[in-house]
Amino acid sequence: MSPTGPRGARVRAAGWGWRHAGREAWALRGVDLEIAPGERVLLLGPSGAGKSTLLQALAGLAGPEAAVTGQSEGELLVDGAPPGRGRGAAALVGQDPQAQLVMARTGDDVAFGPENLGLAREEIAPRVCEALAAVGFPYGPERPTAALSGGEQQRLALAGALAMRPRLLLLDEPTANLDPDGAALVRGVVAGLAASSGATMVLVEHRVADAVGLVDRVVVLEPGGGVAADGPPDRVFAEHGADLAARGVWVPGREPRAPRGGGSPGEVLVEACGLRALEPRAPGGPARGRRAVLDGVDAVVRSAAVTALTGANGAGKSTLLALLGGLARPDGGRVRPAGALAAADGRDLGRWPARRLARHVGTVFQQAEDQFVTGTVRDELEFAPLRAGAPPRRAAARAEELMGRLRLDGLEGAHPFTLSGGEKRRLSVATALSSDPEHAPDVLLLDEPTFGQDAVTWAEVVELLDGLRARGRAVVAATHDERLLDGFTDTRLRLGSDG
Amino acid sequence: MLRRRNPAAKLLAALLVAAALVPVLDPVTAGAVLAAVVLVLPFAGLRARPVLLLFPPLLLAAASVAVVNLLYGDAGAAAALGLGLRLAAIALPCVLAVLTSDPTETADALVQRLRVPERPALGVLAALRLVPLLAEQWRTLTLARRARGLEAGANPAAAVRLFAGKVFALLVRAVRTGTRLAAAMDARAFGTGPRTHARRSVWTAADTALVAGTAAVLAGAHGLSLWLGTWRLLFA
Repeated sequence: MSPTGPRGARVRAAGWGWRHAGREAWALRGVDLEIAPGERVLLLGPSGAGKSTLLQALAGLAGPEAAVTGQSEGELLVDGAPPGRGRGAAALVGQDPQAQLVMARTGDDVAFGPENLGLAREEIAPRVCEALAAVGFPYGPERPTAALSGGEQQRLALAGALAMRPRLLLLDEPTANLDPDGAALVRGVVAGLAASSGATMVLVEHRVADAVGLVDRVVVLEPGGGVAADGPPDRVFAEHGADLAARGVWVPGREPRAPRGGGSPGEVLVEACGLRALEPRAPGGPARGRRAVLDGVDAVVRSAAVTALTGANGAGKSTLLALLGGLARPDGGRVRPAGALAAADGRDLGRWPARRLARHVGTVFQQAEDQFVTGTVRDELEFAPLRAGAPPRRAAARAEELMGRLRLDGLEGAHPFTLSGGEKRRLSVATALSSDPEHAPDVLLLDEPTFGQDAVTWAEVVELLDGLRARGRAVVAATHDERLLDGFTDTRLRLGSDG
Repeated sequence: MLRRRNPAAKLLAALLVAAALVPVLDPVTAGAVLAAVVLVLPFAGLRARPVLLLFPPLLLAAASVAVVNLLYGDAGAAAALGLGLRLAAIALPCVLAVLTSDPTETADALVQRLRVPERPALGVLAALRLVPLLAEQWRTLTLARRARGLEAGANPAAAVRLFAGKVFALLVRAVRTGTRLAAAMDARAFGTGPRTHARRSVWTAADTALVAGTAAVLAGAHGLSLWLGTWRLLFA
């Protein structure tokens, strides 16, 4: 930003609390906090500690008639006034790039904020150029926003916030949905802003080790409570590191570690050769002339091994996973069962009836919600055994056992959509495990199973996968989680632009 | 070139055509207007694909209106032909206006030229961006049902249940994405006061000419039909 950029805002919270509409419990309560102009603060806390809620409140999005409805108590002030929307005080960047871009063209999107602030037309164009330059955006303002990668979209969202010249910049896990390269790009931009702009910055970030270098202060929130710790990163982690790590925060130096891979993969269970997959038909679009997402891809899946599927966003990992899991049929090539799996049905996996497929080959989707088909956690877990013909008592017992093993007990009556992120992840894994009498299909495929999880859930998922491998199952995980790739996985299947 | 005209002018012209043709029944008035629209077609700068996709159903609709009125109507053959031509003559300019206009420019024109309120105009524009996202979501839901062992097979009742479940899941996702998008728009100060516009929706003499020309063609068509003595009002 230019040296004439805005000065930072001062934030003050005194006994502040927030209760979401329709909830009994307070998301936050008794928050006392003072942030000086220009300070850079990392907000930490276990999931459910109300970190995002505090950011939304600071952005003026929480209130009786705002996007986030509920009830507040105490006092929350930005530059001495209750946070109001607009007029350029605060700007918020969230984690989902898709849901933050408003316009079809890059330049129009960056101009959206300044337009809403009522700036004169002559003033908007220079601001757009300046903001795009500040985030190192590689394309011109005419570039369609739909043609951008996740990392580029997220940088564009940052530019959209900067163009409003906020005095308070609020970042809610801005790199959470990005692959490592995209995340590094966005982090670089944020680090550059820290050096050049005078704005106050409040950051929420799961990947603490990556974020610590960007801030000069760490504030830890207590679920349903106030500030549990506050100070320079080193001191906070020295005094509260163990406690935070135990509650799922990724504390640098205290991250959970994955066990080493077994290193003796078994027989081949799935064999894919010459796979070709075209991008899906756009609504009303032509069937011909579509781009190939995968072309000439060969792969084998072995029992008693964890196979990692890697590659940048958009390289076709999810598509390959769906093909290997028999969920879709390839546009070219074949996916054939082999060994023990061929004994169940010798046809190509894409031709198996769904019931048989679910019993032998399980798939866990990236968005857990996509695969929930019933109204309660218990029904969700009994669904597969009952359909496989198990007597109700056996199905109930199996659901019971899985709930215990994956810490879902007490939630049996809850609607799957109402669970927390970590609970949803565990439930989606559990449903894939529930189909077979021995509590696991022969092959389990997972799309980004550890993505965005807190440290405790992460360790649980890894332990579970390790257990499946030990029992001779084949596990395939599309992932760019370095902690998994570093020794835990046995073989790697890399998808790249070179095929 | 129709593509370079202001979307507001194109929409106004299409509205004029509809307003002028709805009250008349005879084939001459509608036929003359349709002939004029078809003459404009080569200058519309259309790509082949949307034309091939949209025109056949449009022609089919117009033809079926004519045939049904011919067989079952009591207004006679001329009126039946007139009804079919009228449908085509009204629909074609609307299709042209949409196909030759960029959504962003249309929203700008609606807000700046036709004084449509900002919130619905920009809301619809933002929602349009989510359509491909929903299509992708639907595909994922289909795969996810198969992963859970759900498949309709040959059972129509199961197919209906499966479809309903997917629609519900898609709705949940759509509402959630929409809410987040609305929050993102709010976070960028949308609706906090009067907006300015980074892009100017320019109205030129050619746009005035388009609207005036349309009015002239309409007047000419009515005049021609009156002169030939074929002019016939809807409720006459």
